[in-house]
Formats: sequence, structure tokens, C-alpha cells
Amino acid sequence: MEIPGYAGRHDARLQRKQSAFHGSTTVSMEPVSLPPQSRVALCGGTHGNEMSGVYLVRELQKLEKVGSATLTTVISNPRAVQMCKRYTDVDLNRCFTDAILSSPVTDATPYEVRRAQELNTLLGPKGSAGAMDLVCDLHNTTANMGLCLISYSAQDWVILHIYRQIQRKITSAPVRFILLDLPLADAYSQDSLGKHGFSIEVGPQPHGVVRADIFNIMKEAVDQTLDWVQCFNSGSAFEGGEVDDVYTFVKSIDYPRDPETNQITAAIHPQLQDRDFCLLHPGDPMFLMFSGEIVKYEGVEVLHPYFVNECAYYEKSIAFHLARKMTLTIPPLRVKRD
Amino acid sequence: MYNTTELCSVVSGHSSPAAILCKCTTRTAFISQLVKKRQPWFLLPGNFQRLLSESSSSCFHLRACNQLFNIPAFTTAMTSSTNVSCFHEARRVAIFGGTHGNEMSGVTLVNLWIQNGKEIHRKGVETKPFITNPRAVEKCTRYVDTDLNRAFTTENLSAPNGDDLPYEVQRAQQINGIFGPKGSPEAYDVIFDLHNTTSNMGCTLILESSKDHFNLQMMHYIKKAIAPDSCPVLLTEHPLLKYSTSRSVAKHPIGLEVGPQPQGVLRSNIFESMRVVLKHALDFIELFNEGLEFPPCTVDVFRVSEKMDYPRDTNGNIIAMVHPNLQDCDWEPLNPGDPMFQTFDGTTLCYEGAGTVYPTFINEAAYYEKQQAFVTTRRETLAAGAIKKNIGQSYSV
Repeated sequence: MEIPGYAGRHDARLQRKQSAFHGSTTVSMEPVSLPPQSRVALCGGTHGNEMSGVYLVRELQKLEKVGSATLTTVISNPRAVQMCKRYTDVDLNRCFTDAILSSPVTDATPYEVRRAQELNTLLGPKGSAGAMDLVCDLHNTTANMGLCLISYSAQDWVILHIYRQIQRKITSAPVRFILLDLPLADAYSQDSLGKHGFSIEVGPQPHGVVRADIFNIMKEAVDQTLDWVQCFNSGSAFEGGEVDDVYTFVKSIDYPRDPETNQITAAIHPQLQDRDFCLLHPGDPMFLMFSGEIVKYEGVEVLHPYFVNECAYYEKSIAFHLARKMTLTIPPLRVKRD
Repeated sequence: MYNTTELCSVVSGHSSPAAILCKCTTRTAFISQLVKKRQPWFLLPGNFQRLLSESSSSCFHLRACNQLFNIPAFTTAMTSSTNVSCFHEARRVAIFGGTHGNEMSGVTLVNLWIQNGKEIHRKGVETKPFITNPRAVEKCTRYVDTDLNRAFTTENLSAPNGDDLPYEVQRAQQINGIFGPKGSPEAYDVIFDLHNTTSNMGCTLILESSKDHFNLQMMHYIKKAIAPDSCPVLLTEHPLLKYSTSRSVAKHPIGLEVGPQPQGVLRSNIFESMRVVLKHALDFIELFNEGLEFPPCTVDVFRVSEKMDYPRDTNGNIIAMVHPNLQDCDWEPLNPGDPMFQTFDGTTLCYEGAGTVYPTFINEAAYYEKQQAFVTTRRETLAAGAIKKNIGQSYSV
């Protein structure tokens, strides 16, 4: 079913064109026009101890409009923010699948599931014409990931054009895009509530701490996002082209664990620690056991690790994720005039 | 194996045994050098002679001794055996992990050693690894009801025990029962308390009393052993800022604070640093117990001065962050006029104190709720007298 405003998977058609000068093949796409991004939501504190977003949302609460667009700021998990914990009962940022959003509420329903359903009413409903045009969710990580945009679609031109602008304008940190290949119904994070949505993830920062350098990077990213929205809404044309440093999730690797106690028996190897997005080759060290042995990567494919040593992932049995790197092509984009 | 008689018959020479010591890596090599150069065996401190004579001495670390017996200090040791403080043998030593349940290096090390204590075993020492706050460790949180590392006040320890007491207060009473009572002769000799911090403090040793010569000598030993890496010493002796730690139950409490590491995260390099520092600390204790005399020394320390909070609004909300120029600059000088905080909209707030201070615990996650952005310290040099094990005399420590 076609939902107005959603970047579906059928929008653009590819056209190959020979370039006379360079003798190379460039791929260009038909220009796309999309409705204005009139209603924008900025969310912080989805995890209550990821501090940059909490403070940034508080700062931006005073701002109500961004050009012609309205800005809604939300502290997604106020109880967790108050306790400075990731969550109180369950991880809020895994509660936005269609199944959980439509599950019946009983006395036993965890706080975060109820809150997810409230947020769905406020920012969604997910998948409907009434949802926010753009949802931007702010996160921090203990991993050395610099600035990442995380989203679900390789063809959401709004998100990808925002990514390109951020990548061009921000020099204080590396900027990358992480693609989660999931259908909308299974998309579990808060940003999936909007017609267009993405997370901004900045690290490394310990949970419960606000670092000025990390805060400033996130603030720049949000400023660029809002700037893009304003320009887009007022009719600017954005040229097509390629975006690189796009990473698609392939698989996760867990820590070595004691079979009886399930306690970890190794730490991320010093040669992998803090080296998110570098190449991991077969035979490269992954873990250093407390006993001194080295555990090496035994996969066949050379991949890029990320979320290396993220605090919150120990309980999810994840030491790091592995991704493939790719480049995406984006079409020229401008706002659709009625 | 040489015996004392043979060595004593050697004609005296003039170069310092310490100089020879520097070049040897085994005890056998050292002894053979001594004989070869006809060194005065009888000029070595009595304890050291005994060490050499023993047929197997697992603690004989020549390189470590080398650092202790650098020539001026050795000469002093040879010429003056007066003014030596005698301490009881440090027979009971505890290693605390998980005093804060989300400080992972200590939790991991102690759990490892509970399973297999070989690494921490030292001859003549009972080393007990112990998880102080198991409930907090299980939940991977700093504490359950209240901060255990502030709970060892006289008031708490003497309160009538009951189930209505906060968990950590009950736990403090239990720990005091096992490892104390605090202030009594039955208390453990030494407790190492393992901590992590989100601050960039490196491997910091925390000293509670400037008059604890045993601890000062240990810290001096550790600092020399890990050189050129540094090991700052934080002195928390302060009428207002000193707090009642879990380790304070022992006669000689030592805090080990290693960072930066996020709470709930285990970093390999941080873990290994802590492990190495503890190894040297236990080596010191073993050497001390063997009878080695440690000559007088000085230790550079940072004494806590003032607690600095974040700027806040009238509702108590933080309105500025540690300035990028100060962030991660633990132990570096902060001068009047230097940037200190940055507001969320980019304004710089500067340090307005009277003189240069050395900040530490800069941006520690756990201290937001304790109204502390960082603590200032002042540099000081403490002198420690010579120490050795008390043999047969009953000096109180």
C-alpha cells in the first residue's frame, strides 16, 4: 500500500550514462520530489543514561519552529532519565515493533512497553499518514564510533541527503551510516515511528557522563539536520550522487563465556578495542582471555566491526557487530509543490 | 649454592654491592659476582643476607631490589639502622572487588582469584580476594540502597543490626566483622580496594593517612616498579572531604583507582594495569615479611583540597559541562584564568582560584549526584622513615 510521504522501495529508476570526459560509468537517477518535512520530532533520553541527548533536548525545548516546520522535543524515557539508568524494566528502544505496539496492556505490562505505546500515539501512529514526518532519536555509545546515523532503508532519500550534508559539513568526528535491513513491521527502534526516521549515535562516552566534545558533535549533527529540513522545505534542490561509508549489519559476535556461569572469560583484545570500522581480517585478534590466550577471528569474509565494547550489549550477548561496507547512490531531491 | 661462611671470608672490596646487583638478573649470578669482586658480604643488611642464604626464595626479585637499593639509599641503609619503624608482619591481606558493582576490573580480577588464587599467593601471606557488594555486582550497578564506600562510618558500624537498615549498611557491618573490627588489633593488616573511574586518572593509588609509613613505603616501591609509567598518589586526608571507605577497616588501607573506563565495561588495558600494580604491591608485602628493611624515602603526593561542583540553575539542573580543555587532564596544572566549564550554548567559565591546583576525578560519572565535577589537589612531598618487620618485639602499629 502506498503511504503518502514514505520513501518506498519503488521510487527511483536507475539510468546508466557514459561520461565522455572520464571514460567511466556514472550512475544517475531520476530526480525525486517528496512532501515537505513539516513536523519534526527530536528525542533524547530513550536510554536514560545517554546524556548528550538528554541535555540537548532540554536545550532545544525552547525552540518551537524550524523555518516553516514545527519541532517537537521529547524526553522518551523520563523514569530512566531520572534514575540515570538505561531503562527501568525493559529496553525502550526495542519496543517499537508492530507486535509490541499493538499488544494489549495489562497490570504486568512493563513500563517501557506502555511508554512505547504512548510515544506511538504522540509521534505516530507508526505506518500511518498522521505520523511525524521526521523522527530523530539521540543516542550515545561507549564504543569509539564517532558520529553515526542509523536507519532502516537504503532508499529513504530524505535520510540519505541529511547524511550527506552532515558528512560534508562536520569535520570534528568521522561520520558514517549504518543500515539495518529490516522491514518496517520488525523495525524495533523509536525512529521507525516517523515517516522518515533515523538515530544519531555518538561515542565514545561513558554512560551517565556528559562530555563537552561529544555533546558538541551531536549538537552540530542536529543543527545540520534542522538546517537541511529548513532548506528542503523552502525549495532548495539537492543534487544526486553517491554516499559512501555506508555499513550494513551482517552478524554479531559474543564474548567467550564460562559454560557454567555464563560469565565472560575475556576482554576485547587491545588491538581491536577502540578500532570500530577498521577492517577485521581472518586471523586478527578479537579477544584476550584473562588467562592470556588470544582468540582470533575465524570468519572467511573481511568485515568491519562496530559497537565494539558497548556497555549495554554485554547483557545482549554482543561484544561487537560486523558489517560490510558499501556505497549508495541517491537521486536529486527537492520538495514537492502542490 | 654458596653458604654464609664462604661469603664472609671474602676480602672486602670497594664497589657497592648495589652496582653489581644492577647487572645481575638471578640470585646465583649476583652471588657469583659478589665472590668474584670480593665484595663485603657483611655490609649487606642482615635481612638481605638471610634472603640470599635461603635455598629457595620465591620473592627474590633482583630488579625490584635494584630499584630499592640505588646507591645513595643503600649507603644510608648500611650506615644507619637506627630510626627504623618496626611493623608487625603483614600476614592477613584482603583484596576487595565490587565495592561498586559496575566497576568491572576489580569485579573480574577478584572473581578470577576466588576461582584460582595462584597469582596472588605469596609465601607467608594469607591473601583473601573478596566481593564486597555482591548484590550491586549482580545488577551491575554502583550500589543498591546507598554507596558502600561511604558506609563505614562509626555511626553505621555501631548501629544495632536489623533488616530495616539499608543493604550496604548491613553489608558494612558484616565486612567489619570479617576484616575488622575497624581500629582493633584483630583487624586485617592490609586491604586493597579495587576501583575504576570514568576519569582519566591512570593508575592512581589512594592514601588515607600521611603518617602511614608502611603504605608510603609500599607506594614508593610500586611507583619505582612501574616506572617509567606513572602511578599518582592521591592523599584523601582532609577534615571534610575524607570519607569512610570499605578498606578503612584495615590497619593499612590502600585504594586502587584505574581509569578511564566506562561503568559496566571491561577494557583489557585497564584490567591488565590493575593486575600489574597489585602484583608489585603483593611483592612488596612478601619482601617486607621476609625481613627486608626499606630505607627512608620520599613520596610525591596530591593532597585533596576542594570539591568543585557543576554550575547549576535554581532548580539544581546542570547548566555547563567540563570544558574540553580540562576534560581528561587529570593531574595537570589548572591555573587561575584557565577554562573550567562550557555552557551548553558554548560560553566558557574560567577557574577563579588563588593559585595553581591539580584537578582529578574530572567528570566521574558517579559524582554528578554527589555534586562534584572534579576535586582540586595540591602537590606535597611526604617523607617515610625506614621500615622493617618487627622481630619478637611488640611495637604497636
